[in-house]
Amino acid sequence: MTVTPGGRVTEPGSAMKFETGDWRSFRPVLDREMCIDCMTCWIYCPDDSIIVKDGSKMGGFRMTHCKGCGICAKMCPKKAITMVQE
Amino acid sequence: MDHKDIAINGDSAIALAWKQIDPDVCAAYPITPQTIIVERFSDYVADGEVNTEFVCTESEHSALTVCIAAASSGARTVTATASVGLGYMWEMLGIASGLRVPITMAVTNRALSAPINIHCDHGDAMASRDTGWLMIFAENVQEAYDNSIIALRIAEHKDVQLPMMTCLDGFILTHAIERMTPIDTNVVKSFVGEYEPVHPLLDWKNPVTHGVMDGHDYYYEHKYQMAEAMNAALKVTEDVLDEFAKITGRKYSLVEEYRCGDAEYVAVCLGSTFGTMKVAVDSLREEGKKVGVMMPRLFRPLPSEKIAKAVSGKKGVAVLDKFMSPGSYGPLFEDVATSALSLDKIPKMYGYVYGLGGRDAKVSDLRTVFTDMIDKKAKKVNYLGVKL
Repeated sequence: MTVTPGGRVTEPGSAMKFETGDWRSFRPVLDREMCIDCMTCWIYCPDDSIIVKDGSKMGGFRMTHCKGCGICAKMCPKKAITMVQE
Repeated sequence: MDHKDIAINGDSAIALAWKQIDPDVCAAYPITPQTIIVERFSDYVADGEVNTEFVCTESEHSALTVCIAAASSGARTVTATASVGLGYMWEMLGIASGLRVPITMAVTNRALSAPINIHCDHGDAMASRDTGWLMIFAENVQEAYDNSIIALRIAEHKDVQLPMMTCLDGFILTHAIERMTPIDTNVVKSFVGEYEPVHPLLDWKNPVTHGVMDGHDYYYEHKYQMAEAMNAALKVTEDVLDEFAKITGRKYSLVEEYRCGDAEYVAVCLGSTFGTMKVAVDSLREEGKKVGVMMPRLFRPLPSEKIAKAVSGKKGVAVLDKFMSPGSYGPLFEDVATSALSLDKIPKMYGYVYGLGGRDAKVSDLRTVFTDMIDKKAKKVNYLGVKL
């Protein structure tokens, strides 16, 4: 393990390695029947936790980085995402 | 080589050292008794004698913030402050050391308010001693000048990478004119060399991020690295002092000892008092009293093993703090006592608070530190020269 002095980050894109999913107390659950693949959730997710399938389709959640903030559920125009306690 | 002696005050001597170093950035805010340093240095900048970018900030907090940003980007950076100015920097002190940027800062020791007082004591430096800065003290103007040059080499060393305070007693050294031997500018330049920063922000080919969120995963490890860097700084400082002796003939040690070898009673102090103490020691030696005095030139990291060795076997050790920690003991007293814990037989130790807010400590006052110990009148904590 390399710990640089002062916590300097010398590698780009290293946030991928910092898994923040364990901060979560609520997790998003998708109702595939109601989802219209508008990708509003992808636009609003403050992390990178919406998986894009086939280039443009809602493919579920990347739980290694989803902190359970619930913004996707709040912004979903079809109310296809609900937050469930872990 | 031009070794002509000059008459100069401590502040101007530091400005002269900076002129010879020609740092990349200086950001500062004036405060007595430091003001002369940045005034003189801004003259050098205005006259085109240095290539330094001089930033006049609106406060000390901003001054150190600019210094941290400049140093992070890879610039060799200097600043100066004192007293409440250092207090106002306090938040940024830990950020400078935590980000491991080797800024050099002259601290012209002055009492902290209140009651307001512009004169010398070590309240400012001592209140900052746990912030992860290296700290070196000067006995006289020559040392204030020399330390300003030495400090860069210690702070910038790859095993250290920590900011450093060069402390000198306000007014006693900042404003008093003393005889000093400056170093030839070319010799200074080759001694300090070109600054090679580690992970600078302006290295386009190797992009880095500074100051990220750390949390419980690595904060502790980063602090541990600072402890290791401080340990490394002991050896680095000895090496730099040896190299400095070769170019100047002035040999400095981590702990300076004066007539301590065969002494039965010794005193430990910091700064200009070391000089006054030498006179007190000489006068008592003439009376047959076996006394000596020492000064840990390097205060952070504390040369603990050397202090323990120097006080080992003594009948009494008086530790002088030009600072008061109300409700506890003087920091130097605590440091010396803790250092002595490694000895099989710990000598008797006495703490002396003195010189607060510029209260004069004359040779006659300082003699009583030794005579009190010899006459068994010294208490655990003593307030030298307080009017009761």
